[in-house]
Amino acid sequence: MTQDPDTTDADHARIAQQFIEAIPHARALQMRVDEIGAGRAVISMPWAEHLVGDPRTGVIHGGVVSALMDTCCGAAVMAHPTKPRSTATIDLRIDYMRAAKPGQRITARAECYHMTRSVAFLRAVAVDDDGDNPVASATGAFTAER
Amino acid sequence: MADRNEPLHLIKSRRDSALNALVSGVPYMSWLGIQFDRRGDELTAILPFDDKLIGNPRLPAIHGGVTAAFMEVTAIIELSWAAMWEDLESGRIAPDAAVPDSLPRLPKTIDFTVDYLRSGLPRDAYARARVVRSGRRYASVQVETWQDNRSRLMAQATGHFLMPQP
Repeated sequence: MTQDPDTTDADHARIAQQFIEAIPHARALQMRVDEIGAGRAVISMPWAEHLVGDPRTGVIHGGVVSALMDTCCGAAVMAHPTKPRSTATIDLRIDYMRAAKPGQRITARAECYHMTRSVAFLRAVAVDDDGDNPVASATGAFTAER
Repeated sequence: MADRNEPLHLIKSRRDSALNALVSGVPYMSWLGIQFDRRGDELTAILPFDDKLIGNPRLPAIHGGVTAAFMEVTAIIELSWAAMWEDLESGRIAPDAAVPDSLPRLPKTIDFTVDYLRSGLPRDAYARARVVRSGRRYASVQVETWQDNRSRLMAQATGHFLMPQP
């Protein structure tokens, strides 16, 4: 994801979506970039039968939420104004507050709240249709390669 | 205590079918392709490499989220397996994949922290979990995952879980 001052928001969104499409696992989970820019990203994905972690309830597996949070944090790093060349996760902690409702989309919002020369610090939350009541939250440190 | 003279094939089939029931009941584990290897009560989770697990197509490297998911699955199965071992060996329970009600309810993840140590190569990955503390209500579990060399970890994780209440 490059950021050229001449590109528009629509261009950014298109470039971001291409970035996501190039990640096989993000494609496999049908992730979609909803918003991107200035060290922030919003990425969502649909519920699917094969992602269920508890067959008794139909609730999606926590690991899926991890993959979405990790991707969203990585995208937020790449969208930081200091334009890192690439990024990788150093650590990621996820708190699971409640089960995501079966059948509903899950949306992650990540924010790069601090950036050093080589490390990005991230916060993220994931919600379903009930946007006021988070499903999970995450904090992480990512590499910022220059 | 289990019968010392119980035929070996019965012991193995009881343990293998219980493990299979635990694992095959979760769609997401089948989708990722996760399998378990059992030696006595020791479990090793195996994640066979697949293109859909890639997170960085240029290296290529396994997606960090996949690594986290693989370790979380390993922790949950190890925790359930350890919790049901006594009941399984004494014959009090006999989990059967075909009978959903016979399956133990799974622990719920409270939090999970992953420490990424090396990027995941496009190869199979393995993981083992250790239940550090398992109380009536809460449990703490550590997980290690590696690829070619057991001593060169790809990642380590620690998580807290809420145990299913009887």
